[in-house]
Amino acid sequence: MNTASVHLGVVDYSILALYVVFVIGIGFALKRQMKTSADFFLSGRNIPAWVTGLAFLSANLGALELVGMAASGAKYGIATCHFYWVGAIPAMIFLAVFMMPFYYGSKARSVPEYLKLRFDERARAFNSVSFAVMTIFASGISLNALAKLLHNLLGWEYNISLWVCSFIVLLYVLKGGLTSAIYTEVLQFFMIVLGFAPVVWLGLRDAGGWDVIKQKLSGVAVHPALYNLSDSASKTFNPDAWTSAWKPLLAGPSANPMGIDLFAMVFGLGFVLSFGYWCTNFLVVQRAMAAKDMKAARNTPLVAAVPKMLFPLLVILPGMIALALSATQGKNYHLPQAVISQGRMTTAVISLRDSVTNHADSAVASKALASAAGTSFNPAKVEALLKASPGTADAQLAIGIQDAVVNDYDGVILSLVKRYCPTGLLGLALTALLASFMSGMAGNVTAFNTVWTYDLYQAYIAPDKSDEHYSWMGRVVTVAGILLSIGAAYFASMWTNAMDIIQLVFAFVNAPLFATFLLGMFWSRTTGTGAFVGLISGTLASALFHACTISVGNLPGVKGGYIHTFWTLPSDMAQNFWLASFAFTVCFLVTVFVSLATRRTKSNQELTGLVYSLTPKQSVDQAWYARPGTIGIVLLAVCVILNYIFW
Amino acid sequence: MGLDIRYPIGMMFTLIGLLLAATGFFSPEKLSLGININLIWGAILFLFGALMWGSAVRAKGK
Repeated sequence: MNTASVHLGVVDYSILALYVVFVIGIGFALKRQMKTSADFFLSGRNIPAWVTGLAFLSANLGALELVGMAASGAKYGIATCHFYWVGAIPAMIFLAVFMMPFYYGSKARSVPEYLKLRFDERARAFNSVSFAVMTIFASGISLNALAKLLHNLLGWEYNISLWVCSFIVLLYVLKGGLTSAIYTEVLQFFMIVLGFAPVVWLGLRDAGGWDVIKQKLSGVAVHPALYNLSDSASKTFNPDAWTSAWKPLLAGPSANPMGIDLFAMVFGLGFVLSFGYWCTNFLVVQRAMAAKDMKAARNTPLVAAVPKMLFPLLVILPGMIALALSATQGKNYHLPQAVISQGRMTTAVISLRDSVTNHADSAVASKALASAAGTSFNPAKVEALLKASPGTADAQLAIGIQDAVVNDYDGVILSLVKRYCPTGLLGLALTALLASFMSGMAGNVTAFNTVWTYDLYQAYIAPDKSDEHYSWMGRVVTVAGILLSIGAAYFASMWTNAMDIIQLVFAFVNAPLFATFLLGMFWSRTTGTGAFVGLISGTLASALFHACTISVGNLPGVKGGYIHTFWTLPSDMAQNFWLASFAFTVCFLVTVFVSLATRRTKSNQELTGLVYSLTPKQSVDQAWYARPGTIGIVLLAVCVILNYIFW
Repeated sequence: MGLDIRYPIGMMFTLIGLLLAATGFFSPEKLSLGININLIWGAILFLFGALMWGSAVRAKGK
């Protein structure tokens, strides 16, 4: 049976095929240049900044970003932009201005290798093992999401989607190594932008422009439960909750749909998580390290910052458009929901009538309804249904039950693609989605094969082999990395809960990381033991924090609070941001104290080029306006202006 | 670098643009909000592709 909700025409398949031919073609065209292992892993360090900059950006874009950011746009509104304006831009500028000179200048081939040069083998081993495992799971999760999506949308077989998409990535990474991943990422960047821009443009026209959207969203904010955006019928926000970036945040967690306070947003996301990701994650840093010279390396994140700042237009605005449409009479648009089949609906109606007879409250009734219909419900609407059901006909009740199903936010972007794209444009939009997925997967695979070969294989398993041997190993591990990602995708499709736990563990490991880099780069007194003990304590501290806190509406377990609940936070996101803040602080303090108590093992000379104060200032041959510092300040100013406009 | 990435980007978008514009031209009944989006967007992609391709050719000539 074909369950597809969209059918592709010949033109759509032709566009898709053209794209595939070009990405694979790039891999083959670059094959001749892959002579040494440095060519394969580091792309010979001769790529211009605009190319590495755009690759820097697309490597970070998984398939989940397009889907997930539109989802958050509908769920939280414009505050989602903080993931870009607060959670990315400042960190990217910091990387360019302050950190890139040490990564690039030290001639380390990877981020874990920098840790080895700066500290010792312990920090490197810890970082490289966790990073390698994490990239595999990250690409597996993304792969599973993509194959599921293609199956639901186009009716393509899950297994075939999974293997074919991976095989295309494998082919071009295997042929052209990091260079081909970077080059295709640039092509994919343009594909993503030009593929989704018409959808956003049409959506904006359809909804009636930004002013109408703002007006509609202020109506939504006052009655969020009507749109299944709140579990409580009486919940109400200020009219600007979806359309102002800062005002609802300043008013406290209960005044914004994210349930976030200012400190968690600015310190947790804007400092700890953001700097921890953009400044230490080898997946993105690798792109900058492949640049042709120091100038280009430092310009890489700056080039990326420009489109990154504007990306909310492309990825978050669609979610807000969708919500505004669903609040507009006559547009015939509803936020996507799971559709209850006729057979299930009959049992669902019976279950609801039973709940009325048993005088069940809305929580109990919602649960009964959920097991009858096989999907979750909004308790606020179930409560209204319970009151209205006596005297309502079954058919009418069925409509009400369908309306009470929780929103499937991840379907938002596709529902717009379906709404606006005729054959032709449809192929383009789908290709853009595939491109965003492939760029993320290629990014993960190239980062994985470098860390495995240089930081694990060469360091601990087989040192002192010939360059050909490592080149060969790079290709073997590229195949292995893709196969492991496929394995992780199947794992994710079968054990969702296990996957949640794995992601949680990585959150624990990543949270404290930036403290180690910050102290390592800017305080020469930091010792290897200090860094290692600090990292371990930070990781344990985050696990402990998680075990002792929980967010509203969750039961103790995977969501935390399984030791004891000392603190109940207003949302999962708040818990996550506070966890990171706590882990960072613990790692920072422990690293400082242990460093002061232990001996330095590296001399000032050994740390030259690795620590800020011990590295001679570079002679500057650039005009003042072309220096990274100047460009960084300009970019920051633009970012502040953006925040001010949407204050 | 042996390969100027503007070549493949330029060629790909020129071709996709042509394909999309042709679809819009020959099946003008496929509208979105009353707009022949295939034709318009195809033309834009074609222009973008031609610009990329052209700039790569110019850079090579220098």
